[in-house]
Amino acid sequence: MNGTEARTIAAPDLLEMCAAHMRAGGRMQMAYVWFPQAGATPEIRYLASQGANQPFALWCCRPQPGEALPSLAKISPLLGWYEREITELGGVHFDGHPEPFPLVLHEGARSTLPPLDPRYPADQPVEFEAAPWRIPELGGKDVQLLPFGPVRADVLESAQFLFFYIGEGIIHYYPRLFFKHRGMERRFQGLCPKLGTVLAERVSGVGSVAHALAYCQALEAAASCQIPERARWLRVLLAELERLYNHLHYLGYLCHTTTLKVGEAEGRLLEERAKQLNAKLTGSRLLRGIIEPGGLRRDLDSAGLSDALEALRREFADYTARLERTDSHLDRLISTGVLTRKVAVDQGATGPIERASGLDRDLRRDHPYAAYAELPMTVALREAGDACARMQVRIAEIETSFALMQRVLLLLPAGPVRTDCHPIAASEGLGWSESPRGSLYYAVHLDQNGKLARVKIKSPSFSNWRAFPFTVHDSNMMDYAINEASFGLTTAGCDR
Amino acid sequence: MPLWTFFGLTRGTATTAWPASGADNGQTGVLGMPRHYPDRCQDDCDACAAACLPGAIRVHTEASAGARLDVDYGRCVACQLCTEVCPAGAFAPSTDWAFGVRARTDLVWAAATQTAPARALSGMIRSTFGRSLHVRHVDSGSCNGCESELQALNNPFYNLHRLGIFFTPSPRFADLLLVTGPVTYAMRAALVETYQAMPEPRWVMASGTCAVSGGVAEGGYACAAGLEGILPVDVYLPGCPPNPAALIEALLLLLGRAPQRIEGGRLAD
Repeated sequence: MNGTEARTIAAPDLLEMCAAHMRAGGRMQMAYVWFPQAGATPEIRYLASQGANQPFALWCCRPQPGEALPSLAKISPLLGWYEREITELGGVHFDGHPEPFPLVLHEGARSTLPPLDPRYPADQPVEFEAAPWRIPELGGKDVQLLPFGPVRADVLESAQFLFFYIGEGIIHYYPRLFFKHRGMERRFQGLCPKLGTVLAERVSGVGSVAHALAYCQALEAAASCQIPERARWLRVLLAELERLYNHLHYLGYLCHTTTLKVGEAEGRLLEERAKQLNAKLTGSRLLRGIIEPGGLRRDLDSAGLSDALEALRREFADYTARLERTDSHLDRLISTGVLTRKVAVDQGATGPIERASGLDRDLRRDHPYAAYAELPMTVALREAGDACARMQVRIAEIETSFALMQRVLLLLPAGPVRTDCHPIAASEGLGWSESPRGSLYYAVHLDQNGKLARVKIKSPSFSNWRAFPFTVHDSNMMDYAINEASFGLTTAGCDR
Repeated sequence: MPLWTFFGLTRGTATTAWPASGADNGQTGVLGMPRHYPDRCQDDCDACAAACLPGAIRVHTEASAGARLDVDYGRCVACQLCTEVCPAGAFAPSTDWAFGVRARTDLVWAAATQTAPARALSGMIRSTFGRSLHVRHVDSGSCNGCESELQALNNPFYNLHRLGIFFTPSPRFADLLLVTGPVTYAMRAALVETYQAMPEPRWVMASGTCAVSGGVAEGGYACAAGLEGILPVDVYLPGCPPNPAALIEALLLLLGRAPQRIEGGRLAD
C-alpha cells in the first residue's frame, strides 16, 4: 500500500510488535478486516504512525480459520473499538479483549454470516429483535440513572446517553452509539470506483470534502495517477472552505450551550455566509459533487471569492475578539471537560481535540497531500485540554484557513483540473485527509474487475467519541452540553 | 453581555424577507434536480442510468411508447453525474430544488401531469393549526447533512420562527414529525414510538432523499427504504440535503401557505 511500510506478521508476534511500536513513541491509527477472496480467511490490517514525514507502518495478519488473534487493546486502548468492530462485521475474534461487548451491531442483531463477508448477500437485512443491553453496573445510595435519547431534543443526531448521577454530579457516563449504523462500508463493495465518490460524500455530510478527498486520493494512489497541479491547489481551497463553515458552526453552537444568545446568532450567521459562498462556488452548500478520482469534475470560477473571504474574515475577527473577551462565556469553558494529554494519546483523540490537549499532529503538515506541502502551515496548539482550549484551537485554525485560501487564490496555477484515473485490477491504496474533526483514512481495495472490493473508513468522530466519555466521568450535568459542543462530534461519521 | 446586545443591534436586520417578498432566498448557485428532456434522449445509450448510484434513472424494460427512461426524483441525490455523462443533454443542470410534494407519484417524471393531489388535507391543517406549526425532528440514520441544513433554519438569515414554525423537544407537543435518514434497523422502533407519542391530528414529512426512498443508503444489511412502509407520509421533500429554502417551502406547502410547484417530476408551468 502507498505511503506505508508493509509487513506480514504472525499472530503470536502481534503483541510484541505493538508494544515495541508504542515504546518507540508510535501510535496505532486503525485496524480493519478485509476478505481477499470470497470464502478465504480474512486478513486483519493494522495501520500505525511512525512520526511526521515517515511512512505509516502497515501490519498484515492472517489468522488461521477459527484462530483468535491476541487483543492489542490492553497496550493500545484506542484499538478496543476497532477490534470489536472487526469481530462483529468480519467474524474474527480477539483473545483477552478488555471490553468484549457488542458495539456496532446492537444487542439482538443477528446475521447468518459476518456482514462484510463477500458471501453475505448485499441486500439481506440483519435480523433484529430488541434485546436487553449490557450497561455498566453501578450502584450505591442515591445513584440515579438517566437514559437520554436516541431521539434527542432540538435538531440533533440520534444517539443514546446514560448518565449515572447523584444530584448534579455525573458519576459515570456511557454513550450508546451506532443507532445510525448504515453499513456504508459494505455499500462500496462491487461499485465502480467513480460512483464511490458519491457515496463517500454521504458518509458524513458535513465532512463531504474530506471524505471525497481521502477516498479519491486512495484510488489515485492505487492507480498511480498524478492529478493536475490546478486540481491539487483547488482541493486545498475546498478542504479549507469545509473547515471554515464547520468551525464557525461549532463556535456558534458553543455560545448556544453557554446561553450567549447574540454570540450564537452571530456565529450561525457567519456559518450561513460561508455556506452561501460554498454554493456560489460549487453549486452545493456542502461542497459536494466537485471532487472526483483524477482531479475535479469541473473547473471553479473563483472570481470575487478572495474579497468575499476577506469580508468574512473581518467579521470573524471582530466576533472572536469579542468571544475571547466575554467573561460569562469563558467562565463556562475554562476547566470544563478536561481531556488530559495521556488520555488523548491512549484513546486516540484526533484533530482540534488532540491539538487542544497539546498533541502536535496535523496530517496536512505531517503527511501532506493535495498542495499542502507547498503552503506554509501553522498548527494551532493549546495545552489546557478544556473546552476553552478547544474553542481557541478552532479559532486559530480558521485564521490559518483564511490565510491558506488567500494564498491558494493568489498562486493558483492555470491548466486542466482533471485527468483520467484508470483503476488497476486487484490494486489497493490508502488515502487520508485532515478533516475539520481530525484525521480521516480510507483504505481501498479493488478486485480483479477493477470494482471496489473493500473500503475501510476511519472517521475522526469514531476516534473522538471513544475519548469523549473520559472527560464526562466525574463532571457535572450543567457542563455536559458545553463539553459535548466543544468536542464537535458527528454521530454519522462515527456510526457510518 | 450588554456589549453583545449593542453590537447586535448596530448590525441591523440579517433576516431575509423571502418568501413573503421576492428577496434573496440565500440559494444563489445551488444546483437542484437535473431537468429531464426525454425528446433529446438517444437510443441504445444508458450512460445516465449507469452513472446513477441511487437508481433514480432506469432504462425502461417494457417496449412501450414514450420515454425510454424511468426517472424518479424521489431517489435523486442531485450529484449531477447524469448531466455530465449524457452526450445529448437529456439531463441538464438546474436550480430546481424546491421539490416538496404531497403525493409520492409527483416525484416520478411523467409525460402528462396528473393533478389533484390531496388538496383537502391543506384545508384541514389550516383550520386545525392556523398559522402555527410545531415540529419534532427525528434522525433515523442520516449523514448529518440534513441536520446541518435543518439547524440552519434557526440562523438569523432564515429565522424560521418568524413564520410561526418551531422545533419542539417533545413529540407530545408536535404537529409534524420531520424525518431524515433511510431508517436503520436500530432507529426504527424509536421512530415509530415517537410517532405514536404524538397527539392526533399529526403529520409526517419525509425530508431528504434518504427519508423519501432510502437514497444511496437504501437496503443493505442495516437500512430500510426510507419511510416507505413504515409511516404514512404527508409531504415528500427529496434533496441531498434539501437546502433551508426548500425546507421552508415544503413546510409552508404542508400548511397550505405555499403552492406545490412540482407535478409529474418537474416544475408545473
